[in-house]
Amino acid sequence: MAFDKMELRDIEVWDGNFAAAQALRQCQVDVVSAYPITPSTPIVEGYAKFKSDNYVEGEFVMVESEHAAMSGCIGAAAAGGRVATATSSQGLALMSETLYQASGMRLPIVLNIVNRALAAPLNVNGDHSDMYMVRDSGWIQFDAFCPQEAYDLNFIAFKVAEDHDVRTPAIVNQDGFMTSHTAQGVHTMDDDTAFGFVGEYKPMNDMLDFEHPVTHGVQTEEDWHFEHKARQHNDMMTVVPAKIDAAFAEFEKLTGRKYNQVEQYDMDDADVAVVCMGTSVETAREVAKEMREKGIKAGVVGIRVFRPFPFMAIADALKDVKAVAALDRSAPGGTAGALFNEIAGSLFNTDSKMLLSGYIYGLGGRDLTKKHLVDLYTELQANADAGKLLTKQQQYIGVRGPKLAYL
Amino acid sequence: MATTGWDEFEIGAMLRTFEGEAGDIAGTLQEDRNYTENSSFTASVADWRIEKPVFNKDFCIDCQFCWVYCPDISIISRDKKMIGIDMDHCKGCGICVEVCPTNPKSLLMFPELADEETEIANWPAKETKEK
Repeated sequence: MAFDKMELRDIEVWDGNFAAAQALRQCQVDVVSAYPITPSTPIVEGYAKFKSDNYVEGEFVMVESEHAAMSGCIGAAAAGGRVATATSSQGLALMSETLYQASGMRLPIVLNIVNRALAAPLNVNGDHSDMYMVRDSGWIQFDAFCPQEAYDLNFIAFKVAEDHDVRTPAIVNQDGFMTSHTAQGVHTMDDDTAFGFVGEYKPMNDMLDFEHPVTHGVQTEEDWHFEHKARQHNDMMTVVPAKIDAAFAEFEKLTGRKYNQVEQYDMDDADVAVVCMGTSVETAREVAKEMREKGIKAGVVGIRVFRPFPFMAIADALKDVKAVAALDRSAPGGTAGALFNEIAGSLFNTDSKMLLSGYIYGLGGRDLTKKHLVDLYTELQANADAGKLLTKQQQYIGVRGPKLAYL
Repeated sequence: MATTGWDEFEIGAMLRTFEGEAGDIAGTLQEDRNYTENSSFTASVADWRIEKPVFNKDFCIDCQFCWVYCPDISIISRDKKMIGIDMDHCKGCGICVEVCPTNPKSLLMFPELADEETEIANWPAKETKEK
């Protein structure tokens, strides 16, 4: 059955969800097995509509839960198809068991996570609790800061995940509502160019190869489990980063849009810097420019690839900075924020004398305002001038009540 | 096998059933198939069993009930003749004994360590039905 192609304008006004749905259409995903949850629903709904309207040759499988959604994806990927789905928050929590199955079985599924807070209290708005919850699940994790990037990173995710040297599933994160429901101009690729970038899906060890029957989802105990997990980690550490860089380079050649594992803005001569993810990067970039007009050499580092964590690139980006703030949009539950810990780890055995402080912000969709960031940069500059931390290592910003500071 | 390192096997904890191509698998007897050492046919799970069935061919009528009912495909039958039990895969569930219609039964359960020849020599006699 032939499918129809879609005429797109060079720039379309799309929100992050529709941009991701269009990317799934242009990649001609074979199977989407999905269960709806706010704010990610329009992604899989979009794919289903494209399929109903004959713009996709594939299968949309309606299941009874997110656990079943990812299970369906795992089955379809093991059978030998290009597979994707989307979820958020509680749905991801229910799906999390199967995420480890997908990565351990080395099935190149693409999962769009539209980041949302985790209950309780119940909340549909954006923070990074869900992204952080599955950070050690063995999936590659990309982070989009705007709808354009949600579109682009889906292609890159398929390209990297499906590479036969990688064969590791990939997540594309975007901020709930701030990206997923905010319409912006998105530069598009035409259908042939977009599909040409990811290419025809090349199966590997697929169950539908009847001449070479395989067993997927095997059990190993203390005799083999450790070796399989070691192989997974080794490939994440040694194979995946170079494949991501190669995909970024090829994508830039095709579209002119350049991505880096660690995005740096105004960092060449920065004394103070903010490290963050999601839409906060764009806010911080605007404030950094304004701080520079006030004489503070401010910069921004955005984490484009959260897993495998770009340890060395972060260390390199921050080595000459005097004071850095790690912004974590997730309740840390009794420790420092994840970014604080990762950055601290990346700089520990180096000569850097950087002053690092962590900030918890934006939980449950609480706005991170420019005023917050002006105060933050001012505080960082004070640290830099004093040559030591003048605050505790962990603080909360934007929360009502007495000031919170720990460590 | 115990010396195989993390870098020496295929990714994904995925196991192949056959060496090379499957070929005419439906027309090939199990013992003639080229199973890999990882296939469940090659692997023995005999140690899962605490009771075992013993087959006494003197009473067997080759009805194939045991072959049909065995949940682990562990009854070996060739040309519709029952020839024995695959003791590498039998779990000792006793279903074959339950469904055996002969009198006395051609299959009976014994402790795993029971001696087969002794048990066959002492096989129960035919039961007479009370009127």
